[in-house]
Amino acid sequence: MKQENHFSPVLLQEGSSIVCDPQAVLNNLSFLEQKIHQVQDAVRSIMSPEEQSTAGGPHELAMKQQLMAADLTSIIIQLISTAGTLLPSLSGGSSMTSSSAGFLCSPSALHGFYTAAAASGGEPTTVEDHQEEKDGEGDGDGYGDGESLLAGTYEVLQLEKEEILAPHTHFCLICGKGFKRDANLRMHMRGHGDEYKTPAALAKRNKEHKKFQPLKTLLCVKNHYKRSHCAKSYTCSRCNSKKFSVMADLKTHEKHCGRDKWVCSCGTTFSRKDKLFGHVSLFQGHAPALPFGEVKGAAGPSYPGEASDSVPSGVDLDGGAANVFNGKDLESDADLGLFSPVSFDSFNFGAAGEFPQPVFDAPDGSFSSMFGDYARKGGDSFTSE
Amino acid sequence: MKKLRVAEEANYFDALAEETFFMILDCLDSNPLDKKSFSLVCKSWYAAESRHRRVLKPRRVDLLPTVLSRYPSVSRLDLSLCPRVTDACLATVALSLGSSLRSIDLSKSRSFTQVGLESLVTNCSSLVEIDLSNATELSDAAAATIGRAKNLERLSLTRCKMVTDMGLGCIAVGCPRLRALSLRWCLGVTDLAVGLVAVKCKEIRSLDISYVQVTGQCLQPILQLKNLQDLSLEGCRGIDDESLATIQQKCKSLVTLNLSNSRHVGYLGFSSLSRGAVHLRELILSHCGTVSHSLANSLQKFSRLQSLQLDGCRFSTYGLKVVANSCSSLRELSFSKCLGVTDEDLSLISEKNKDLQKLDITCCREITALSIDNISRSCPSLRSLKMESCSQVSREAFPLIGERCRFLEELDLTDNELDDEGLKAISRCRGLLALRIGLCLNIDDEGLTHIGMHCQNLQEIDLYRSVRISDKGVVAVAQGCPGLQMINLSYCEEITDSSLISLSKCSKMNTVEIRGCPQISSNGLSVIAAGCRQLFKLDVKKCFQINDAGMIPLACLSRNLREINLSYCSVTDMGLLTLASLSYLQNMTIVHVGGLTASGLAAALIACGGLTKVKLNLSFKSLLPKNLLEHMEARGCIVQWRDKPFQMVDPDPIKIWKLPAGVET
Repeated sequence: MKQENHFSPVLLQEGSSIVCDPQAVLNNLSFLEQKIHQVQDAVRSIMSPEEQSTAGGPHELAMKQQLMAADLTSIIIQLISTAGTLLPSLSGGSSMTSSSAGFLCSPSALHGFYTAAAASGGEPTTVEDHQEEKDGEGDGDGYGDGESLLAGTYEVLQLEKEEILAPHTHFCLICGKGFKRDANLRMHMRGHGDEYKTPAALAKRNKEHKKFQPLKTLLCVKNHYKRSHCAKSYTCSRCNSKKFSVMADLKTHEKHCGRDKWVCSCGTTFSRKDKLFGHVSLFQGHAPALPFGEVKGAAGPSYPGEASDSVPSGVDLDGGAANVFNGKDLESDADLGLFSPVSFDSFNFGAAGEFPQPVFDAPDGSFSSMFGDYARKGGDSFTSE
Repeated sequence: MKKLRVAEEANYFDALAEETFFMILDCLDSNPLDKKSFSLVCKSWYAAESRHRRVLKPRRVDLLPTVLSRYPSVSRLDLSLCPRVTDACLATVALSLGSSLRSIDLSKSRSFTQVGLESLVTNCSSLVEIDLSNATELSDAAAATIGRAKNLERLSLTRCKMVTDMGLGCIAVGCPRLRALSLRWCLGVTDLAVGLVAVKCKEIRSLDISYVQVTGQCLQPILQLKNLQDLSLEGCRGIDDESLATIQQKCKSLVTLNLSNSRHVGYLGFSSLSRGAVHLRELILSHCGTVSHSLANSLQKFSRLQSLQLDGCRFSTYGLKVVANSCSSLRELSFSKCLGVTDEDLSLISEKNKDLQKLDITCCREITALSIDNISRSCPSLRSLKMESCSQVSREAFPLIGERCRFLEELDLTDNELDDEGLKAISRCRGLLALRIGLCLNIDDEGLTHIGMHCQNLQEIDLYRSVRISDKGVVAVAQGCPGLQMINLSYCEEITDSSLISLSKCSKMNTVEIRGCPQISSNGLSVIAAGCRQLFKLDVKKCFQINDAGMIPLACLSRNLREINLSYCSVTDMGLLTLASLSYLQNMTIVHVGGLTASGLAAALIACGGLTKVKLNLSFKSLLPKNLLEHMEARGCIVQWRDKPFQMVDPDPIKIWKLPAGVET
């Protein structure tokens, strides 16, 4: 079953770019042809009556059939893998099946895919393990195709058992909180201050940045494009305020719509009180926000209307893909700070005279600068009166 | 000519530096009347006194604007005598004191909301202390307002039952400098907000979460507080050994730990709470069920333990001996109402802890004179001894106390076999401040005379139902103890007006209880009213002779009176109406006062604006107009209705008070 020797890798790595070798493709195809012939012969031998009589019995027959099935599987895998190498030269991606053509052809993406697959499957496997498993069992895991990698063209990542089984893989460098997904960590980081939520901090989506990571599957590309560059055409029928451009995001929202009654001063809502308090205890300057009716004398709009529709939802929607963030999202997040009930109320209450213009018209709409403003202006008003 | 002289005088005092005035005023701090006289000398003295005053404890809020404009440098405002403080009052305070106000006490005030607090927080930026205890109707919005007082260091929210996690969360985030926080009886608060307080307010030194519905979960962050010294977990039913077992934190700074009424916390929980607390000085384990051997043994770890309270605990066999062996540096020890405390235990403990200064063995009914002998011999520096109802202690024991414990300041011998000989010996304790010898049926005037002759510093004496006492003894005490502040002569039926006449010489007297002394008349009462101007509590229930004639001097002279019991007196509408002019009167009990009519009562209730609590006969409920009762309620006054039968003569006190003791022993 060790056909790898005949099967030459088609992905050659030269520096960071990839060259698709047509000669290797041809070699592979002819090898596959031979292989198919072998299987044809084997099938014929089972069919012929003489062979049947000399055969040891039903037990041996079953074994032969099993072998053939394995051979056929291997052929299919190699065929798909070969086809995959030709992808960049194909136009668009409309004809691809998501299982075989789900990744753009870059080594880092490929590598990312291995780990992502391992993580999402929840199997405690390293890249190495993955290969061995395939060799032994010959299961048809379409993406991996570790056999086609030459030694030296990939990096072997050795993960300790504890690392693999750990509930979180991404950790905040400031407070140490752990997250399953990088996207959630990034959302969390924004709470730590301005410097973590500028577009420049989005290293993954900035191709100039060394931490740049391309979108991994076509679905990711689609969702990213819709979320970032298309109109938000799906409106939540329950609250009539939140709009989404991806249907799945709307469905996720609908699960929680109206149940997030625990609100933080930053505008983030939670369906559970303990989650709100976990959030408040992690972030500096955030405080629980009372429901609007309870704060007497509060003027202004009720709970954030337009601002809330751009609350980054759907981060958790698609498995390994995390691509919701862009500059626009962040900007609207910043607006949330202005509309948060607590800060708004305190403005009107404490220092109404000092703000001739409504607060939300302030040109500098950044979230934390508003907090700073509040503290400064508020302080002035205390002393002056 | 006269005008000129006045001007010269004013100039003369103006030349004095303000500091000089202030130094003089500093020496007058103890007596409010002295300061009043000082300020009445002339204008510049008046001005100096106005600028000097830092603490203000007004009795009425309606005069606040004037008072506050007179005293601009007040930094502490104690409004605990004002039951009704509106938002407008607080706004006045905030605007007139501004940033000079550092501390405000609203612990017994009602009818303010977050609007008033808002003006305080906005205008008084240096506010560091707010006491909001008993503000049971205060909402989360008010708590959120408090959360904007950035400099707050001490906050009491005791019994603020409406405040939930959300409000407390705002405080936790907004007041990072909090040092002392009391959340006692905050029933709306859970682990989440208490934990958040511990995470956000790192400066906390004192935290009281007694009777809060928390579990062991919130203790993890609490024990991580670096400065925490005083932790009170009284009656936290949610805290048990199981939830404490996982705690790994060591709180080394802990000095006081209160675990009273925590029946689910045993040795395991205690050891995880006190792990690493090498500086622990005070431990309160009262009413904690059975004190196990291992717990008693673990007390050894705290070499600096000075105070141990084990009131109402049970001990396993030899449990107390283990406690005795574990502790050797105790100064204060309390065993009141413990079952099974024996002479042997107490002897062992007193031998081990020779520096004992306070001992409470109230209701330890198994101990005898032997214990008292050992204690008085081993602990000569005892300052406070409370041994009410130690019924097995014979009369020979009491002279030993007087002979050996000369430094006693507080002695409670209520309901004991004390006799005159014992009292004579006790009179040797010259420093005695408080002596409670109620229900001591064997003492009479002879013993009391000794007390009066020798204990000149006595401030408080309780002779409740010590029925053999008569005028002679009381007169001796009144003459010998000019600093007397409290006296209880209830049911000493031989007492007459002459006792009161001599007591009226004690100018510092503030509490007089002469319930059930039928020989006392209005004359005696008027002498007391004239002499004891600081009187704030008066109980003349069942002094049948007291009538309107006694009320008039009371209303004119006892301007400090806050609490009065007139039940069974011969007072009529007239007397009550006169009394109603006492604007500081807060608490009034008028049950079975035959001379009262509904209309007279109604008029008195309306006139007496400061009332917070009134006890009345149930029969008046239907007679008083409904809107009057509504009006009273709106003013912050609670009316309690009593439906007890009229009892002219009390049942035999011996039967009432001695029977339970006899049954138990």
